[in-house]
Amino acid sequence: MTERPILRVRGLTRLYGRTVACRNVSFDLWPGEVLGVVGESGAGKTTLLKCLSAQVEPTDGTIEYDTRADGLVDVFALSEPARRMLLRTDWGIVHQNPRDGLHMGVSAGGNVGERLMAVGARHYGNIRSEVLDWLDRVEIDTGRIDDRPDTFSGGMQQRVQIARNLISRPRLLFLDEPTGGLDVSVQARLLDLLRQLVASTGVAAIVVTHDLGVVRLLAHRLMVMRGGEVVEHGLTDQVLDDPQHAYSQLLVSSILQV
Amino acid sequence: MRNPVLEIHDLAKTFRLHVQGGIEIPVFDGIDLALHPGECLALVGASGAGKSTLMRSIYANYHANGGRILVQHRGTVVDMVGAEPRTILDIRRRTMGYVSQFLRVVPRVATEEIVAEPLRMTGVEAAAATDRARALLARLAIPERLWSLAPATFSGGEQQRVNIARGFIAGYPILLLDEPTASLDAANRRIVIELILEAKARGTAVIGIFHDREVRDAIADRLFDLKPGELAA
Repeated sequence: MTERPILRVRGLTRLYGRTVACRNVSFDLWPGEVLGVVGESGAGKTTLLKCLSAQVEPTDGTIEYDTRADGLVDVFALSEPARRMLLRTDWGIVHQNPRDGLHMGVSAGGNVGERLMAVGARHYGNIRSEVLDWLDRVEIDTGRIDDRPDTFSGGMQQRVQIARNLISRPRLLFLDEPTGGLDVSVQARLLDLLRQLVASTGVAAIVVTHDLGVVRLLAHRLMVMRGGEVVEHGLTDQVLDDPQHAYSQLLVSSILQV
Repeated sequence: MRNPVLEIHDLAKTFRLHVQGGIEIPVFDGIDLALHPGECLALVGASGAGKSTLMRSIYANYHANGGRILVQHRGTVVDMVGAEPRTILDIRRRTMGYVSQFLRVVPRVATEEIVAEPLRMTGVEAAAATDRARALLARLAIPERLWSLAPATFSGGEQQRVNIARGFIAGYPILLLDEPTASLDAANRRIVIELILEAKARGTAVIGIFHDREVRDAIADRLFDLKPGELAA
């Protein structure tokens, strides 16, 4: 296999004062690969995701992204506009709270179409038809294209966020607790949808969650974090079915079997 | 004789239960075996001897503590012990299949798509993969009206047959079968025996756990005996 990783992370550390949010995280993410990050609240998962997606600057370490034009480039060595361009085109971020990822006062169609315009689409009819197609793919009644997301349920808002992020065909997707705060039946539907979309689009993804069921279904590879450090890292089903580290064993054995 | 498709050297597995005071449960140590195309090896030994643990270790679902698992994969030999996750996933996609005792049900996915998925993952076009899935489901006597439904509500025997169809569809060179006929009636058991014999004739190497004597006698070329406690002592 001669291809390049899409993301190369080395020694990533983020401190808040003297508090360690995450320390010495290193990994390669390959095209089409889904990496799960699990651990309890305060383990440093969200800070890690914010550093990786260039929303928070690391205290130490490097994050290199395989740009279309120049190959692997240090994300924090890019100019601010170039970095923002990546966020609007090559990358997608699905926030835990849809309010952080959607304009609540703009129609669902406007939210989904915006990123298409960011990658250069101008023809209104084409944009609208592609938005309709994506609303359908995330199982939202296309008759609601002109309704505002604040009139939607939480699960629908989350699906609008997913459509908004995938419509521009990103190469890398960041997902922060994508099913957090949703009813269990809605979670299953969203997860299945995500699983199919990730597989069919071939997008690489990093999904942060405390729900081991989410990573079992979505992630090829799993990192277990505790106290800001990665304590175990490997094939998802191996880490879940035969965890090696004491903390991973505790985490897995704490799940109620249903 | 052709080269083995699977060669295991000195494989060891011990569970360390940190949550329970760090006790250690040695399961096996020093396992050596080789498997050639078209050959079927049946694992035997009392309950708790480590048969399923050995199968799961070979599939890298369990972490081996030592030894080597050498697999013929894409024209080279790959050691699965310590391999990168994406290498292991590629081996599972192309080279090694595993039929577990129970189907892991994915919510909302139609049975025919669950069965077609491994074939699609090898690059076969979706429609062709679904056709092949339907043919296998028909052969395994799953009623046609169930094909478009998710298998969550199927009977144990139906779920097991869906699992078998999923395991056989991609024609892996190596197939691991954990009690594939445990909850099947006599007629379905015979169908599964036929499927295994056909796969062997095509060159598939099989390692299996078959408690059913009739099944084992029909398909196994050799037995591999795991004795509990012996290695641990």
